[in-house]
Amino acid sequence: MEILVCVRRVPDTAENEIALNSAGSDIERDDLVYSINEWDNYAVEEALQIVAKAGGNVTVVTVGGEDDEEVLRREMAMGANHGVLITDDAFNGSDGKGIATILKAYVQKGKFDLILTGVQAEDGGAQVGGMLASLLDYPFASLVNSIEVLDGKKLKISREIAGGNREMNEIDLPCVLSIQTGINEPRYVGMRGIRQVASLEIPTFGTSELGIAANSVGDAAAKVKRTDYFVPALGKGAEMLQGSREENIVSLIGLLKAKGGLK
Amino acid sequence: MARIFAYIEHKGGVADDSAVELVAAAKDIDPAASPTAVVTGWGADLDAVCNALTASYAEVWKIANETLAYPNAELVRKALAEVVPHDSLVLVPHDHFGVDLAPGLSIQTNSTFVSDVVAIEALDGAFLKVVRQEYGGQVSTHVRCDVSSGAVVNLRPGSFKPLEGPPANGTVIDKSSEVGALTSGRRYLETVVAEAGDVDISKQAVLVSIGRGIQEKDNVGIAQELADAMGAAVSCSRPVVDAKWLEKSRQVGSSGQTVKPKVYMACGISGSFQHLAGLKGNPYIIAINKNPKAPIFQVADVGIVDDILEFLPELTTKIREL
Repeated sequence: MEILVCVRRVPDTAENEIALNSAGSDIERDDLVYSINEWDNYAVEEALQIVAKAGGNVTVVTVGGEDDEEVLRREMAMGANHGVLITDDAFNGSDGKGIATILKAYVQKGKFDLILTGVQAEDGGAQVGGMLASLLDYPFASLVNSIEVLDGKKLKISREIAGGNREMNEIDLPCVLSIQTGINEPRYVGMRGIRQVASLEIPTFGTSELGIAANSVGDAAAKVKRTDYFVPALGKGAEMLQGSREENIVSLIGLLKAKGGLK
Repeated sequence: MARIFAYIEHKGGVADDSAVELVAAAKDIDPAASPTAVVTGWGADLDAVCNALTASYAEVWKIANETLAYPNAELVRKALAEVVPHDSLVLVPHDHFGVDLAPGLSIQTNSTFVSDVVAIEALDGAFLKVVRQEYGGQVSTHVRCDVSSGAVVNLRPGSFKPLEGPPANGTVIDKSSEVGALTSGRRYLETVVAEAGDVDISKQAVLVSIGRGIQEKDNVGIAQELADAMGAAVSCSRPVVDAKWLEKSRQVGSSGQTVKPKVYMACGISGSFQHLAGLKGNPYIIAINKNPKAPIFQVADVGIVDDILEFLPELTTKIREL
């Protein structure tokens, strides 16, 4: 099975406090720790587990710039056979549909049986996979939390729905699935693994290689644009205990007693 | 102005809570708007939902089709693309069904898609200005959407407060005949109900709930010891289950359990909206997190900025001394 996994490099919210820049035009990107989008990492692991059983190849692709090569190499160190960087100044400022349009052009240059994305990215909205499927006229399923290969033509999948329940579906190949976290346990990648793929060539594709009209993507075509960032003021905000740890523990025990939190 | 439609989710003959929230969102787009409900399904359940919706919507478009008896988003999307005018604004709840349906619908109708909207500021000519959140709610953005050729707008459940008002006394309009044969390469098989766990967290009065801040499986015992000392139970947020540190039955949130404790102690939990959606009954929320910008501090009653791996064991020791 030939599997394409669409990945992104994002600021790691587990490692960073996200703050605004002084102009409010973006988040403060100096000193941010970046990593692979968490959902995408589960998608790559799932692809690797499928080809381990069913045979085939895993290609990881990202739309971005030179800096994004590091996440491709990380996923290649996990075991992905190929990494592909889609990059062109004309792609800057693309909205979700723009990214889906770019990925569609790449998909049509190859012969993929299965295309995986993460359910969402930290700054995104769970949209590219569903758009890509519709652009390709492939069946789509979101929030996928298990995949079983039935034969060369279809999969049995489950989707995560409310209350921890699972919706079972059968889906024909080729198709697009968006992968939910927790579907598997992504393997560890050490420095040694990353060194081993450091010299592998990562081909790049731009508008001319993909046959994309520059005005169909990027900022000019984007119909959804951020105008500014701000820090939300939701709710009344907590009363913050500002004492030493010992003082805070005493205060907290008093509150727990008052609110019925201790038996 | 383009017509506004609201896609109504329903189950067992009852409309989802989002049905009335979408009316409120439509009024935020245009105070004079009279949105149209569009409902897909089959049989008596569908009729019951449509009739009930006439209390909130002036027009209810009914699409009855046997293949839509279970809401397979692949089929619902095709039906909507055939019936709803493509230059409309279509409002959809941003939940497990909405994320399945909506992005592709915007492609089918060649309209703009905007996802997970938490507030609507204004419709200014061809542009809809909305608010979204990024990075788990740590920052928000204003987003300007060109809706001149229609739009599909996914709205976060719970973000739009239902309006009080007189009944709409609406009418049901049957649009079923406008839909052709519906087929998809994806076929619904069955729903597998979640297994019950060893502890029913939905019935606990006090929960010590842990998130990503617990860092590794071996640290889960720190929370269990505190819960034992307090007479509480341990619950968690999604990353803890994803990492297989606790069973799925311990997860609080829209994809886990709905809980209604008196006291909820959120330890190392950032406070995503999916997590908070599982927290009902207005509990007293204590948040402990080393990130002072964690969104949980905006909804908690009391907050402490500290490392839970150090704070919780000391708290346990002090409680045992009582």
